[in-house]
Parts: sequence; structure tokens; C-alpha cells
Amino acid sequence: MAVFKYLFASIYGFVDSIGQSGIFLFQSLFRLPVRYKEALRLYIRQVYSVGVLSLIIIVVSGAFIGMVLALQGYTILTRYGSEAAVGQLLALTLLRELGPVVTGLLFAGRAGSALTAEIGLMKATEQLSSYEMMGIDPLRRVIAPRLLAGITCMPILALIFSAVGVWAGMMVSVHWLGVYEGSFWSSMQQSVYFDTDVMNGIIKSFVFAVAVVWIAVYQGYVCQPTSEGIGRATTRTVVLGSLAILGLDFLLTAAMFGDF
Amino acid sequence: MEVYVDVKNLSFYRGNRAIYDNVTLQIPKGKITAVMGPSGVGKTTLLRLIGGQVEPDSGTLTVDGVDIAAASRKELFEARRKMGMLFQSGALFSDMSVFENVALPLQEYTAFDKEMIRDIVLMKLQSVGLRGAAELMPSELSGGMARRAALARAIALDPDLVMFDEPFAGQDPISKGVLVELIQRLNRAANITSVLVSHDVEESLSIADHVCLLSGGTVILSGTPDEVRSSTDERVVQFLQGHADGPVAFHYPAQEYREQLLERK
Repeated sequence: MAVFKYLFASIYGFVDSIGQSGIFLFQSLFRLPVRYKEALRLYIRQVYSVGVLSLIIIVVSGAFIGMVLALQGYTILTRYGSEAAVGQLLALTLLRELGPVVTGLLFAGRAGSALTAEIGLMKATEQLSSYEMMGIDPLRRVIAPRLLAGITCMPILALIFSAVGVWAGMMVSVHWLGVYEGSFWSSMQQSVYFDTDVMNGIIKSFVFAVAVVWIAVYQGYVCQPTSEGIGRATTRTVVLGSLAILGLDFLLTAAMFGDF
Repeated sequence: MEVYVDVKNLSFYRGNRAIYDNVTLQIPKGKITAVMGPSGVGKTTLLRLIGGQVEPDSGTLTVDGVDIAAASRKELFEARRKMGMLFQSGALFSDMSVFENVALPLQEYTAFDKEMIRDIVLMKLQSVGLRGAAELMPSELSGGMARRAALARAIALDPDLVMFDEPFAGQDPISKGVLVELIQRLNRAANITSVLVSHDVEESLSIADHVCLLSGGTVILSGTPDEVRSSTDERVVQFLQGHADGPVAFHYPAQEYREQLLERK
């Protein structure tokens, strides 16, 4: 009996938190700060801290992943004498999969955890209460700019990741391994389509962005306002965010590229 | 006596523990009311109830005639604009300078131009002695300075009601004196209703017009500072003189001391 009771309670809690966070997302998205100029200023500040400050990790990871892909691809493709296809391999894997997914995972670790910790600490130091007591809605002032900045930044970061990856892969395969540059680029040009490959990648990273940033700000907003609570909320952001990205990636890939 | 905050038969529970059990108290308009009592008696909770951040489990609480628990979100935010609250930690917004903190409510709720807002902010900061710290960030302030900056922010909109949560804790004697004088001046000059939550007996009694002593979830005494000083109620005497022994237990409920020490498992 106790098992059922526990099971019921945890399912109830899960459904309840999904509902709560849904309302939270809805309320935050439709309540931008009242003054248009102020809203823009807050948004740009968040774009800087969420997007621009994530650039280093995104660019460095993109470069290394592109280089590794080129090395691995070259050693296999060269057995069949088709090393020129390494350009196609790089562009497709990066645009369709690795760009959105790895960017999402890195973003959850770098920006998501920072968002949760920042909002959690604002709660612990009564700053959120303080906004409320001032008659300023914290969802409007604190949450909405962060949510929008995260959602708009991540697709751009994913594109940067892919572009840097392709460039780094080109350096390795063309300038180091000696693949003919003309065939490297032409194989890529022939097989990459804007609306299936590039657009689907952007759609994917947009969906991941909504999931990760939503989880991050919600965890911060509802965390226990103690040092332990903030720590736990930050961990949960990274774990839930990463799992959500991987799960959603499977669903989206099946819907976009699976021919049933 | 005109009543500004009227609390009737209010009960509030945290879990199963009653923080307030059928409390009735009134805060007179234009006066300084000190709410005192031992730690953990729910003094801060009273301020949160007045601000509508938590809702009572039963009973009513009206602020200037508005029933806070029954108010819609819009009415509540409207009511809060007439309140200023000084949080225990100060709660300055950490991503803004002191100047921006004080300017925020003015930018948000008034149509004043930049120059005007600048002048008001400087005046408010001058009154708490922090005009020179306007460009500092909250992380660069000491605890006492942060509290004073927060006070400047709380009074930026010239509210009708200002709530002070432990304003004297952690202040050196000079700033304590300045704060006492400032609270008094605000009250006299602008006829602001002030609610002061504190356990600094001397400071509170010296400026309050009206005192509410809370203990064990109820109001044990409500009257003027002189009535409090001359009270013979054991609980009041114990609180004022700071005795560990008395009707208000100093120890958290526990098993008998001797028994627990001798117990071997």
C-alpha cells in the first residue's frame, strides 16, 4: 500500500509541477516589462550574459568537434577513395545533429545553471519579494527578459557552432590531410539543402532553447531559498535540461528525417 | 484614532504550527507602531501578511480599507504602491547601482523626467547619508549601509505606510541614532504610518506611539510605550528585562536535560 501511495504522490507531484511550470512559462512570455525602452535594455543585458559570454565555450567546442569529425571521417572515407565526401559528412552531421545538440548541452551547463543560480539567489536575498512589494511583477522584470534572451540566443549559437566546426574540419582535412579543396566544398554544396538541413537544425535548436531556458528559470524561481536548495536546483537544471534535449532530439529527428 | 491596518481574528499556520492564532490588532494611521516579541514569533510574517505576500488561513486583514487577501492581483499591486517595505537584508537589486535602485520605483510609477528623478534620488540618499555612495554597487556596501540604501528606496515614492523589518539590527550606534531620527522625521513631516518590527526594546519604545507585544501566537499587550513599561504582566516584564527564565520559554521544547545526558543507547 505504501508503495502505491508513494507512486501516486510522485506522479501527482510530477503532473502538478508540469502544470505549474506551464502557467509560469505562459505568464512570463506574455508579460514583458511595460516600458518599451527599459524592456529592450534588460533584454540586451541578458543577451550579453547568456549569449555573448557563452561564445568562448561554443566556439572552442565547435572547433574541436569539427576537427575530430574530419579526422575520423577521413580515415574511414579514404579506404573507399572518397575522402572528398568529408565536406558533406562534416556539414550534415554538424547542421542536423551535433550543432543543435552539443550547443544545447553546453548551453544548459554554462548559461542554464547560471540562470538558475542567479534567480535562486535573488529569491534567497528577498530581491524577488522586494520587486513584488514594489508592485513590480518579477515575472515581467526578471524572468521574461532572461527567457527571451535565452530562446533567441541559442539558435544563433548553434549556427556559430556549426560554422566554426565546418571551418575547423576544413583546416584539418584540406590543409593537413591533403583533401582537394575544390571537391571538399563542392561535395558539401551538392548535398546540403537550406530548407531540410539548415532550417531543421535551427528549428531543433529553437525547441531545445525553449526547453532548457524554461527549465532553468523555473528551477530558479521555485527553488528552496537556501544554499542547499540553490545547489540542488542548479544540478536539476543541468540534468533535466540535458535529458530533455536528448529526448526531444530523438523525437524531432524521427519527425524530420525518418521516412516511415 | 483612525485605523490604517486592521487585523481581525487572523490565523496563520505554517504546516501544523500556528504562527498566529486568532489575532486581532490595529495599526493607527499616521503613528509609529512597534511590533515586538521574541524571535520566531512571526513578526516578519505580519509584514508579509500586510503586503499580501502570504495569505491568512482565516480572518481578515484590511489596509486602508482594502481587504488584502480578497484583492485581485491588480488591486494588490495598486495597494503595494502605497507601501514601502524595508527588508531585513535590505534586498537591494544586486545588478543595479544604489542610485538605480532608488530610481527604479520612480521610473516605474511616475512620469517625471530624468532631471527630476535624479534630484529626488539624491534627496532620498542624502536623508540616509549615502549620497556619496550613489554610484556604488550593493556588493560594495556594508550591511548597515545596504539597509539604509534600501530605506531610501522604500521611501522613494513617499508611501503612506512604511514597514521596517528589524531596522536597527547590525547598525552601529551612530547610524542607529540617525535611523531613529529619520523614522521619526518621516512620520512627523509626511504623516507616514510606520510599522516597526524589532526586538531592540530601547530604540523601539523611544520612538513608538503604539506598541504591540506578540508572544505565543497572540497579542499579549497593546498600548502606549508607558503602558508597556509599567505593565506587570510576567511575560512583558520578562521580555523587557531579558530574563531567560519566565513564562516565555527560552529553550526549544526538548526532553529533560539530565535524562538525555544520562541516557545510553
